[in-house]
Amino acid sequence: MAFVAIADRDHEHALHDPQSFIRKYIWSQDHKVIAIQYALVATAIGLVALVMSVLMRLQLGFPDTFNFIAPQEYYQYITMHGMIMVIYLLTALFLGGFGNYLIPLMLGSRDMVFPYLNMLSFWVYLLAVLVLVASFFVPGGPTGAGWTLYPPQAVLPGTPGASWGIICMLASLAIFIVAFTMGGLNYATTILQARCRGMTFMRMPLSIWGIFMATILGLLAFPALFVSAIMMALDAVVGTSFFMPAISSMGETTRYSGGSPLLFQHLFWFFGHPEVYIVALPAFGIVSDLLSTHARRNIFGYRMMVWAILAIGCLSFVVWAHHMYVSGMNPYFGFFFATTTLIIAVPTAIKVYNWVLTIWRGDVHLTVPMLFAIGFIFTFINGGLTGLFLGNVTVDVPLSGTYFVVAHFHMVMGLSPIMVVFGAIYHWYPKITGRMFDERLGKLHFWLTFVGAYCIFLPMHYLGILGVPRRYYGYPDAIQFIPPSVHEANQWISISAMIVAATQLVFLYNLIHSYFKGPVADGNPWRATTLEWQTPETPPKHGNWGKELPEVHRWAYDYSVPGAPQDFIPQNVPHSETTPAGREHGVPT
Amino acid sequence: MTIAIALIVLVVATVLFHFLSPWWFTPIASNWQTVDSTVDVTFWVTGVVFVAVNLFLAYAIIRYRHRKGNKAHYEPENKKLEWWLTGITSVGIAAMLAPGLSVWANFVTVPEGADVVEVLGQQWAWTYRFPGKDGQLGASDANLISVDNPFGMDPNDPVGQDDHLVASPELHLPIDRPVKILLRAKDVNHQFAVPQFRVKMDMVPGMVTYFWLTPTRTGEFDVLCEQLCGVAHFAMRGRVVVDKQEDFETWLAAQPTFERTLMASKGDAEAGKALFTACTACHGAQGEGNRELNAPKLSGQSDWYLVRQLQSFKGGVRGAHEQDTYAKQMIPFATMLADDTAIKNVVAYIKTLPEVRPAASVVGDPVRGRELYQTCTSCHGAKAQGIWATNAPRLSNMSDWYMARQLRNFRDGIRGGHPQDFHGAQMRSMTQILADDATIADVLDYVRTL
Amino acid sequence: MSLTVAYAALATGIIVWIVLVTRFRAKPWEKQVAATPEGGAFPFSPKRVGLWVFLAVITSLFCLFVSAYYMRMGQHAGHGMPGGGVGDWAAIRDPSILWFNTVLLILGSVAMQWARSAVARGQAEQTRVCLFAAGLLTIAFLIGQWLAWRELRYSELFSPANPAVAFFYVLTAVHGLHLLGGLVVWARTLVRSLRKDVELIDVRLSVELTTVYWHYLLLVWLGLFAVLLST
Repeated sequence: MAFVAIADRDHEHALHDPQSFIRKYIWSQDHKVIAIQYALVATAIGLVALVMSVLMRLQLGFPDTFNFIAPQEYYQYITMHGMIMVIYLLTALFLGGFGNYLIPLMLGSRDMVFPYLNMLSFWVYLLAVLVLVASFFVPGGPTGAGWTLYPPQAVLPGTPGASWGIICMLASLAIFIVAFTMGGLNYATTILQARCRGMTFMRMPLSIWGIFMATILGLLAFPALFVSAIMMALDAVVGTSFFMPAISSMGETTRYSGGSPLLFQHLFWFFGHPEVYIVALPAFGIVSDLLSTHARRNIFGYRMMVWAILAIGCLSFVVWAHHMYVSGMNPYFGFFFATTTLIIAVPTAIKVYNWVLTIWRGDVHLTVPMLFAIGFIFTFINGGLTGLFLGNVTVDVPLSGTYFVVAHFHMVMGLSPIMVVFGAIYHWYPKITGRMFDERLGKLHFWLTFVGAYCIFLPMHYLGILGVPRRYYGYPDAIQFIPPSVHEANQWISISAMIVAATQLVFLYNLIHSYFKGPVADGNPWRATTLEWQTPETPPKHGNWGKELPEVHRWAYDYSVPGAPQDFIPQNVPHSETTPAGREHGVPT
Repeated sequence: MTIAIALIVLVVATVLFHFLSPWWFTPIASNWQTVDSTVDVTFWVTGVVFVAVNLFLAYAIIRYRHRKGNKAHYEPENKKLEWWLTGITSVGIAAMLAPGLSVWANFVTVPEGADVVEVLGQQWAWTYRFPGKDGQLGASDANLISVDNPFGMDPNDPVGQDDHLVASPELHLPIDRPVKILLRAKDVNHQFAVPQFRVKMDMVPGMVTYFWLTPTRTGEFDVLCEQLCGVAHFAMRGRVVVDKQEDFETWLAAQPTFERTLMASKGDAEAGKALFTACTACHGAQGEGNRELNAPKLSGQSDWYLVRQLQSFKGGVRGAHEQDTYAKQMIPFATMLADDTAIKNVVAYIKTLPEVRPAASVVGDPVRGRELYQTCTSCHGAKAQGIWATNAPRLSNMSDWYMARQLRNFRDGIRGGHPQDFHGAQMRSMTQILADDATIADVLDYVRTL
Repeated sequence: MSLTVAYAALATGIIVWIVLVTRFRAKPWEKQVAATPEGGAFPFSPKRVGLWVFLAVITSLFCLFVSAYYMRMGQHAGHGMPGGGVGDWAAIRDPSILWFNTVLLILGSVAMQWARSAVARGQAEQTRVCLFAAGLLTIAFLIGQWLAWRELRYSELFSPANPAVAFFYVLTAVHGLHLLGGLVVWARTLVRSLRKDVELIDVRLSVELTTVYWHYLLLVWLGLFAVLLST
C-alpha cells in the first residue's frame, strides 16, 4: 500500500482547495477542471472544423451559387477539417477530456499522479491549437495538402499554404505531440499506480480499459508523426531530401534528389492507423459502460471485451499499409496487410456482438445516453463492415480514392465516436455540473443527428462505387460516367449536412441552458455502479473523495444481481452488505 | 421503442437503397471482372451481417425494453456462445479474404509479353510514352525536364530515340492486349485512375510504379487523378481511347518519336516575317492587337502557347462552338499556315516583336481582384508570367478586353468544350469561381498591375 | 519499419503480460475470497513508473528514426516497387571525436551510478561530488558533439541534400536534446542536494531516476553510434 500512501501524501497539501479564481479555474491542477478546459478548447476548435465542412458541402452541393469558395480554399477546408476533427477534437476530447475526468474518479484516486504535468499538458495543447489557428492568418493561409500532408506536394507550389501554412501545421502537430505525451504519461501511470484499494485491473470499468489502451497506442504511435513532421520541416526549410526526390516543379528543377515520398507515407500511417484506434478504443470502452448502465445488465463477456481491446491495440500496429495499397509500395505487401487487417475484424466483431448481447435480456431504459449508444452500434456496424471492403486489398483498389472511402471513415471514426461523445456528455453531465439536461432537447438532438448523418453518408457509399472521386472541388459535367443524378445526390447530402450541423446548436444550447437552469441532479441519477457516481459531493470537490478514499469490493457491472435489493450494487459496497456469499456467482438460469 | 422501429426502417431503407439506387459500378472495360466478383462476395457477406445484427438489436430493444417489474438477466458471460460467434465470424472473414488474395496474386503478376506504355503525370496534365520497335523505353530523369524536353528524356540514350511521345492527355490502347502501365510523376503524387478499368495505382516522383490490365471493350473513358495533387487536382483529366488494333497502330504511327522532336525546327523568324504580313491587318504590324477588329495583342505571349492555339484553330479544336464567332474568323487565317514549320516560323517572328503596353479597357476593383487571382497563381504564376509546365499562357501585359471575353467564353462553355481541348476544359472548370462580369473585371484589373 | 513493429509488439506484449500477472483469468464478478485487497498497483513510486513509461516513448521515437534511416538508405528496395530511384546516399566518415565523446558519456553514466550508490549509503558529500561530475561530463559530451557538427560542417562531404549528413545531424540533435532535458532535471536535483534544508533522503528518488535516465540515454547513444559507424 506504500504507493497509494505516496499518492495520498502528494495530495495532502493539494487538498487545501485553492480559493482564488485563477488558481481554481485557470492555472488549475485539478483533473476535473483540466478535463473541462480540454473539452472546451476541443469543442471550440471542433466548431471551426464543423463550419468548414458546411462550407465544403455548400460548394459541392451548389457549385454555381456559392462561388465565393475558391479551389485553394476548398482544399484548405478539407485539410483543416480532417486534421482538426481527428487530432485536435477527437483525440484531445477522448483522452484530454474524458480521460482526465474519468480516470481518477473511476479508479477512486484523488487526482492524476502528476497534477502539475497535467496542467502543463493542457496549456501546451492550447498552444498547439493557437499555432494551428495562426496558420489561417499567415501569408498563403493554412496548408491544403490534405490531412495526410503527403510530400512532395505539401511543400511544393501548386498546393495552398506550401510555404508558411505547412510549417505552422507541422509545428502545431509537434507541440500537440508534446502535450499528448505529457498527458499520456499521466493517464498511463495513474491507471497503473493510483487505483484505490481493491481496484484490480479486472475490476476496472471498460471505459478505463479503452482509455488505457488508447493512451499506450498514442504514446507509441505519435512519435512516428513527430519523426515525419521533423523530417518534412527540414526538407521544406533546410533543403534536406528525406522525402523529396528529384523533382521538376512548375517547369523548374528543384534542389532535391533521391528522397522517398513513400517513406513519409509509411511513417504517417504507422501513426495514422493506431490513431484510428486512439479515437475508437475510448469510444468502445465508454459505450460499453453506457450500454451496461442503461440496460441495467452486466456487460456481456467482460473478459472477452478486455481481450478484444488488447488484441485490437496490438494488431493496430501491423495493419498500417492498408492505407497504401495503391500508393506504389511493393504490391506484394498487399497479401500481408490484407490478412492482418481482416484478422482485426474478429476482435472488433466480438465487441459488437457483446454490446448487442448486453441489451438482449436486459431491462433497457431508453434514456438519451442510451439512444446515442444504440445509434453508435448501428453506425459502427455500418462503418466496420465497409472497413472489410477497404481492408481487403482487391476490393480496395476500385474503391480507394472515391467517396466510398469518405463515407467509410466518416461512419467509423467520425460519426461513431461522436455518437459516443454525445452519449457520454449526456451521461456524465449531471455529475460534471450537478444539474440535469433537458431530455426533450437531448432526444431532438439525437434524432436529427442520427438520421441526418445517415442521410449524409449512405448515398456517399454508392457514389463511391460508381467511381466519383473524393477531394474534388467540383464535378464538371465533362466526366462522362457521372450522371446528373450525382449532382442531385450532392444537394441532398449538403442539405442533410447543414441540418445536422445546425442541430449541434440545439446541443450547445441544452448544455449551456441546463448548466444554469436545469433541475438539480441527484448524485447518482442513473443508479450506476462505478465509483464516479459514489462521490460524497456532486460535482466532486477537489480531491474527489472527502476524507477517505473508497475501497472497491466488486467489479463494475453488478447490475440486476439476483437476490440483491436493488438492480445495481456500487463497486464500493462490501459483499457483507448485499447477498450471502456464493449467491452472485452469475449462474445462468 | 421508436429507436427499434427506426433501426428496422433504416435497415429496410438501406437494403432498398442498395437495390434501387441508380449508382453502381460503371460497365467494366477490362479483364478485372474478378475484382467485381470479390466486391459482390463482400457485399453479400457484410450485407447479411448488417441485416442480421441490426434486426436482432431492434428485436432485443423491443423485447427487453423497460417495463414495470422487468429485471435484467444477470449473466457475466457465455463462453460457448462467444466462441460460436467468433468461429462464424472467422469463417465469414476467410470467405472474403480468400478470393481477395487470389485475385491480388493475379494483380501482382504481369503476364509475359504484355505491351508497355508509360504514363507521365504532372501538375495538372497527363502525357504518355510508348516504346519504339525495340520494345524498350529510354532512360529519363526529372532533372532533364525542360520546355524542349518535357518528358525528361536522356538525349544520349540510344534506346529512347524511337520512343513515341504523346504530348496530349489522350491515350490510345489496343483492345484485348494485356498492357503493363508504367507510371512516372514529374512533381508530386498523382494517380492514374480509369473507373471502367477498376484497377489503378499512384504515381510517385522518384520511382516508377505499375499495374496491368487488358482492355476488353472499345470506347472512350475518362482518366481521373485520384491522389490529391494540388489546387487543380479536380481538373486534371485525360482520356483513354480503346481502339481496334489497326486503328491503334495508325494512331501510334502519327505520334512523333523522340528523335523527331529533337530534330524538329525551332522556328525561323526570317521566314516567319513574310508569313506574318497576313496577320498585320488585324493584329497590327508589331502584333500589338486591335480592339476594333477584335484582334488581341500577340507580342510577348509565350511562344509554345501561340503554337498550340494556331494548331487548335487550324485543327478546328478552337472555334468549334457556334457562338465563338471571333475564333471562327481566325480559322481561315490559321489554315493559311501550311504546316507546323510555318506555324513555328511565324511564332518565332512574333517573339522578336517589341513589347508594348496595351491600353487599359477593363475597370474593376483590383483589391478584390487580388484575392481572386490567388487561384490563378497556381498555373499562371504569381506575376501572371505564364508557366509552360502547367500549360498556362502569359496574362500580364496582354489585351484585357480579349481576356475578359475569353473568360466569359470559358465560363459559358463557348470555349473549352471541344473534346480535344483538354487545357481549355481545365480552364473551364477553374472559371467556376467567376460569378459575373464584374468579378472578371476585378481579376483583370489586378492582372494589369502585375 | 520492422524494427519499430517489433518494438511496438514488445511494448504491447508487456501490457498483455501485466494483465496476465494481475490474474487475468480471474472472474471479476465472483467474490474474491483470497484476492489481495490491494489495487494491484506495482510496488514502485508513481514517478518511477512514469519514467519507465516515458522511456518507452523515447524508445519508440528512436526506433522510428532508425527505421527511417535504414529505409531511406535502402531506398525502394524494401518498400517500393522494383525499378527507379537513384542511390544518392554518400556515406560520411564519422568525426573521430565521437569516440572521445562516447567515453565522456560513459564516464558520465559511471559517475551517476556512483552518486546513486552514495545516496543509497547516505553519503551526502560524495553524492554531490559525483552528481556534479556526471553533469560536467555530460556537458562536455554535448560540447564534443557540437565540435563534431562543426567538423562535419566544414568537411567537403557536407551537403544538406546528402541524407547521410542530414541524418547524422538529426539523430545527434534529437539525442542531444534529450540529454539537455535531462540536464534540467539534473540541475534541479543538484540544487536541492546543495540546500541545507533538504535532507538527503528527499533527493534520493531524484538521483535514482536521473541515473536511470542517464544509463538509458547512454544506451541510446551507443545504439545510434553503432548505426552511424556501420553505415
